[in-house]
Amino acid sequence: MPAVSETREAVEKLAKSNYEWGFETNVEMDLAPKGLNEDIVRLISARKKEPQWMLEWRLKAFRAWQEMSEPNWAKIKHPPIDYQDAHYFAQPKKKAGPKSLDEVDPELLKTYEKLGIPLHEQEMLAGVEGAGQKTPVAVDAVFDSVSVATTFRKTLAEAGVIFCPISEAIIEHPELVKKYLGTVVPVADNFFSALNSAVFTDGSFVYVPKGVRCPMELSTYFRINARNTGQFERTLIIAEDQATVSYLEGCTAPQRDENQLHAAVVELVAMEDAFIKYSTVQNWYPGDENGKGGIYNFVTKRGLCKGDRARISWTQVETGSAITWKYPSCILAGKGSVGEFYSVAVTNGHQQADTGTKMIHLAPDTRSTIVAKTISAGKSDSTYRGLVRMQPKARNGRNFTQCDSLLIGDQCGAHTVPYIESRNMSARIEHEATTSKISEDQLFYCRSRGFSEEEAVGLIVNGFCREVLKELPMEFAVEAQKLLQISLEGSVG
Amino acid sequence: MSDFLKIEGLKAQIDADGTPKEILKGLDLTIPKGEVHAIMGPNGSGKSTLSYVLAGREDYEVTGGSAHFKGQDLLELEPEERAALGVFLAFQSPVELPGVNNANFLRTAVNAVRKARGEEELDAVSFLKLAREETSRLSMSGEMLKRAVNVGFSGGEKKRNEVLQMRLLKPSLAILDETDSGLDIDALRIVADGVNSLRGPDFSSLVITHHQRLLDYIVPDRVHVMAHGRIIHSGGPEVASLLEKQGYKQFLEAAA
Ligand SMILES: Nc1ncnc2c1ncn2[C@@H]1O[C@H](COP(=O)(O)OP(=O)(O)OP(=O)(O)O)[C@@H](O)[C@H]1O
Ligand SMILES: [Mg+2]
Repeated sequence: MPAVSETREAVEKLAKSNYEWGFETNVEMDLAPKGLNEDIVRLISARKKEPQWMLEWRLKAFRAWQEMSEPNWAKIKHPPIDYQDAHYFAQPKKKAGPKSLDEVDPELLKTYEKLGIPLHEQEMLAGVEGAGQKTPVAVDAVFDSVSVATTFRKTLAEAGVIFCPISEAIIEHPELVKKYLGTVVPVADNFFSALNSAVFTDGSFVYVPKGVRCPMELSTYFRINARNTGQFERTLIIAEDQATVSYLEGCTAPQRDENQLHAAVVELVAMEDAFIKYSTVQNWYPGDENGKGGIYNFVTKRGLCKGDRARISWTQVETGSAITWKYPSCILAGKGSVGEFYSVAVTNGHQQADTGTKMIHLAPDTRSTIVAKTISAGKSDSTYRGLVRMQPKARNGRNFTQCDSLLIGDQCGAHTVPYIESRNMSARIEHEATTSKISEDQLFYCRSRGFSEEEAVGLIVNGFCREVLKELPMEFAVEAQKLLQISLEGSVG
Repeated sequence: MSDFLKIEGLKAQIDADGTPKEILKGLDLTIPKGEVHAIMGPNGSGKSTLSYVLAGREDYEVTGGSAHFKGQDLLELEPEERAALGVFLAFQSPVELPGVNNANFLRTAVNAVRKARGEEELDAVSFLKLAREETSRLSMSGEMLKRAVNVGFSGGEKKRNEVLQMRLLKPSLAILDETDSGLDIDALRIVADGVNSLRGPDFSSLVITHHQRLLDYIVPDRVHVMAHGRIIHSGGPEVASLLEKQGYKQFLEAAA
């Protein structure tokens, strides 16, 4: 398979050069020594002024991690990651980056321009030293938006919604964090979640009390603050009975980070009749045209529909990263609970993505819907991997899965790997899959109506993804459309 | 008089499974400004090929001759540049675009073309107003605007959708490739009216058809007979009725 071997070659090259952006960055101060051991875990916990129980939790995770090894079942290839050759704690303000925009990949800057991002924000996104450095955590004030952020915070507080950095929640709301952290993704769930549990330093905490409909899209709020997503993000969202919340992470603009390895963990807990909508627009830097400098993104996201009729909906648009390993999942434990997964994964250039979902039906009358759209262009390789499991008690469980792949060019690959396990005779599982190419006929038709070739590709791709895009919060749907087009530029002709 | 279509000695071929196949074999055709011309010809004579070459489809390779429109070398231009210049092709088989909302497609197309022509872009409200007027003029249900472009449209609905696009894009040269086929009798009249009401000093058209009936409604200034990749005869509207009665035989023999 030539596409795969070429990709591997590219990633090997990438590995040789990653020191420029990654693990070897020369940072002067307030940086833990390289390597990962119990002392580092203790140091992180101490720096965060965490209570003893949290430290013990981390140490437990660390010990578990030491016994584990990297998963190798995904259809991705990368050179071995040396986990001892990295720093696990650095004050964000001391991070080193390019000195000015002049040192940043010009292609990246062009993209910013196309997205219409103002210059000072471009600097922040590109990680230029000194840009936007007063923003150590998500909730704190950010550049132009201080007053907006404060207003938002007040509105949320009046509704009784807690929305703060997880490090703050550990100190301010220990009873809630203790009760839920690690209950959906156990520390030793997998190699990357164990690593995250040991060393996470930031992330968000959301708690929506009983009967409260969160008064705003947390997207609106989060967006202005989204610049400092860290290497080992940890997010915990809890919706009590009849509570509703919509949360959006990420940013349509390509974000650069000197940390090559990202391993986030997101846990969602939905109680009776609660609804959590979690949307992601992921556009981490995929590397330059040779794949250099791209991010490895290994994410564990899982939602627990704990109460009856609870509903969790994941929507994701994934266009960035050199490597994406990600399977947002739902555990349907409450009777009649509902899990949804809507995904668009775009790979171009030398990107590799292995992504999908797991729907675990534990209770009667549970329903799940999976709509996965995969778009591959260039020399990229994309795999949809999905598991639907009906446990013996999942009487009348229902799943509908639709996987569509769109290929652009003839050097890319798309693969669909569905796993179906049904242990209940009354459960019904439907699976549909299609693979198509953008046809010359479609392109010519659009162009004869005045569209440029790239606009035509964007139009067709957006049409292909429509069912997923319409699940995104309004303002993001528009940006995501633009993003899809930009991600695929240069992929035809 | 530069504002017209002038095709001289046009030759074009297609790659048919590795071997080039010549389809247009030295075609001459001139359409003066403001005139409507018809082309009739047997199946496979190259009528659609001519329309594709004029609209800029890339799989056809032009191997000789020239095509100028408004004094510009048409063959040098990208398809979207030709659209901006005023060339419009109503496809014999309109293409489906799954998931692409028809109204959105039309508006983006109209604005792309308006922008390229240096005209002001239409906002959503004025576009929708315009689109509604045009759909009702063509007796199309407003529902069509909400659906995905051509997806699940009946044959006749697709043809009407092409005419809708033409009217919105306001071309100065409209090439209609068998837009009448698949239309019921009422639709034929409606579509013909859609074309006729555009007729004027700044609108030229090339109507490709197999049936005289359409030409009873859209009365052409000239009728050309095409065979084997060439225009073999040209005349007035009477040529259409002659063909209807006697078929292509006499023209083919005369040309041989
Ligand atoms: N991609 C192709 N490969 C091989 N032959 C082709 C291709 N495209 C067109 N042709 C051939 O070129 C000739 C002209 O086709 P064209 O569609 O232009 O005819 P037409 O005059 O429009 O016919 P009709 O009246 O049936 O629409 C036909 O013989 C057709 O089979
Ligand atoms: Mg034809």
